[in-house]
Amino acid sequence: MKLLEFEAKDILKVRGVPVPPNGGVIKKTVQLTAALKRAGQAPWVLKAQVLAGGRGKAGGIKLAKTPKEAKEFAKVMLGMDLATHQTHGQAIKVRELLIEGGVKIERELYFSVVLDRKAAAPTIIASAQGGMEIESLAVEHPESVIRMSVDPNVGLRDFAARRLAFALDVPMDRVGEFCRVAKVLVQSFIELDCSLLEINPLILTPKGVMALDAKIIIDDSALFRHPELAKTADHEASALEVEAKKADISYVGLDGSIGCMVNGAGLAMGTMDTIALAGGSPANFLDVGGGADEERVTRALKIILKDKKVRAILINIFGGIVKCDMIASGVVAALRKIKLQVPLVVRLQGTNVEKGQEILAKSGIPIIQADDLWTAAQKAVEAVK
Amino acid sequence: MAIILDKDSKIVVQGFTGSQGSFHAKQCMDYGSQIVAGVTPGRGGQTHLDRPVFNTVHDAVRNTGAFVSLIFVPAPFAADSIMEAVDAGCSTIISITEGIPVIDMAKVKRYINQQTLSGREMTLIGPNCPGVITPGQCKAGIMPAFIHKPGTIGVISRSGTLTYEAVDQLTKRGLGQSTVVGIGGDPIAGSNFSDILAKFEKDDGTDAIVMIGEIGGSAEEEAARFFKEKMSKPVFGFIAGKAAPEGRRMGHAGAIIEGGSGTHASKMKAMREAGIIMVENLSEIGETVAKSRRPLAA
Repeated sequence: MKLLEFEAKDILKVRGVPVPPNGGVIKKTVQLTAALKRAGQAPWVLKAQVLAGGRGKAGGIKLAKTPKEAKEFAKVMLGMDLATHQTHGQAIKVRELLIEGGVKIERELYFSVVLDRKAAAPTIIASAQGGMEIESLAVEHPESVIRMSVDPNVGLRDFAARRLAFALDVPMDRVGEFCRVAKVLVQSFIELDCSLLEINPLILTPKGVMALDAKIIIDDSALFRHPELAKTADHEASALEVEAKKADISYVGLDGSIGCMVNGAGLAMGTMDTIALAGGSPANFLDVGGGADEERVTRALKIILKDKKVRAILINIFGGIVKCDMIASGVVAALRKIKLQVPLVVRLQGTNVEKGQEILAKSGIPIIQADDLWTAAQKAVEAVK
Repeated sequence: MAIILDKDSKIVVQGFTGSQGSFHAKQCMDYGSQIVAGVTPGRGGQTHLDRPVFNTVHDAVRNTGAFVSLIFVPAPFAADSIMEAVDAGCSTIISITEGIPVIDMAKVKRYINQQTLSGREMTLIGPNCPGVITPGQCKAGIMPAFIHKPGTIGVISRSGTLTYEAVDQLTKRGLGQSTVVGIGGDPIAGSNFSDILAKFEKDDGTDAIVMIGEIGGSAEEEAARFFKEKMSKPVFGFIAGKAAPEGRRMGHAGAIIEGGSGTHASKMKAMREAGIIMVENLSEIGETVAKSRRPLAA
């Protein structure tokens, strides 16, 4: 789950990471004056709260020197469609602005903690060249990028923090404060179960160190031990994805026209790929789970059908422990409740496949059957033509 | 011959008396696997499925000689259960549990590394995987047994149902399997492709390997390097997730393209360039392996 900048900053501030003077988040321009007052003296920074990098270049971050200027910016920014190079050609509507007091920047550093899958450990990535995105930094200034693995049982040790400070050329009078903040950031990564904690830039101010921006992604599997975070809304999920999650169904909406229902994440991906290979485009990823019974099939079908782009449905189930005849009965029962308006292709394979196919054939419901996935995908693609 | 499991593998099931543990332990026993004990804290001294239940893995190992642990413990407690199995001396640990926090797995890996650094040999398979089966000998996992058949093809995969799909295609073409290993769909896996490829390379009972990867991480790229440098047996590869968008998690915690890395294209390229025979169409995995073997059979 990705947190918005202000959510991440609120969390880090409590844990002892200095952040700019906070004027709060506004949703309407009438809230601006109070927010500016809370943020202290001019200048102020208005920051669009969306989950995408590259906001500055796209007009999502503005520096205002006067209240009048701030008001003009706020008017434009609230409700604007923000398209950055990270939003993949789509724009995100700006609904909230974070208002902060401007701070004096002496130098910008890059600091992040990621989970290095290969090393199986949290890893710090840091650079003296802050403000740039790490991907371009790694290409343009690879020599400036420092990587340091961390023991998740210990966090960042004092000597390692010092090594980092000296490698980043932090001035002597701020090494102590840098080390303290670096240790808090690493500890936060571990304790909050982050999969990413990125401070870009981490700035040196004349007196200390400060997180000017903050990006946090929480490991969804760990939300059970962070009830306070589990309550915050998942800003990234679409309404359908939220609904699917509640039904314990793994669903990701896509742009295509063939709705998919599959058991197992790998087979669900493989089914999408096969549809694409057959010349079609999948409307979604959907893993209905191991126990694809009537209730789950019904819920999954309802979710797929809420996507109005769907013009055919492909159900691909490999019956293992769950038998195909049970699944077929589930599909038939679901279809008696939901009157399908689009063609349905079903491919069953595995335990009791013949019985399952017979149940589908005898149901009287028009179902296109296929023995293997390739044939099923071709039939689904044919059906939307 | 086979890898990881054979007919003599003595297995203790952690989370034995829970619904998942009970159901699948029974299925494994029906297949002929030597499930010799179960562990559920607080139920030591009882009998479940005609097997003794112990409070701790240490007790189970000491009393029954089990050296393989099969874990069905719920995610919040699973990492601790894996470490308990390590501490009790199990040499093979198979964790089926889905949804273990990643930082917990980082701690588990560190714990295991400390043991292996001092010379102990140990294999962790999973988590978030279907387990391991050596057809005709031993099943420790949740896969449907009947699709498998003894033979000489090794199978490794990050996905459960995708493995079943591939195994089914192989079996239907008369190609049996030496051992089928699900390494799991999490960002941090106990064993990666390379670890299992190394075992298959050494195994006399395996003469070709099917490797099924997916988007996310770099385990496939590392496997490609390993294949090129260390392997003589043919490997057939498939990568799921070509149609998946960047930045979205595709069901498995580990199946996500981040910052342009972990893409389908990168994995296909690395594996193909290393000399792995890549299959583009999921439905053609079995046929591709079968075709390559016909000249040998003739």
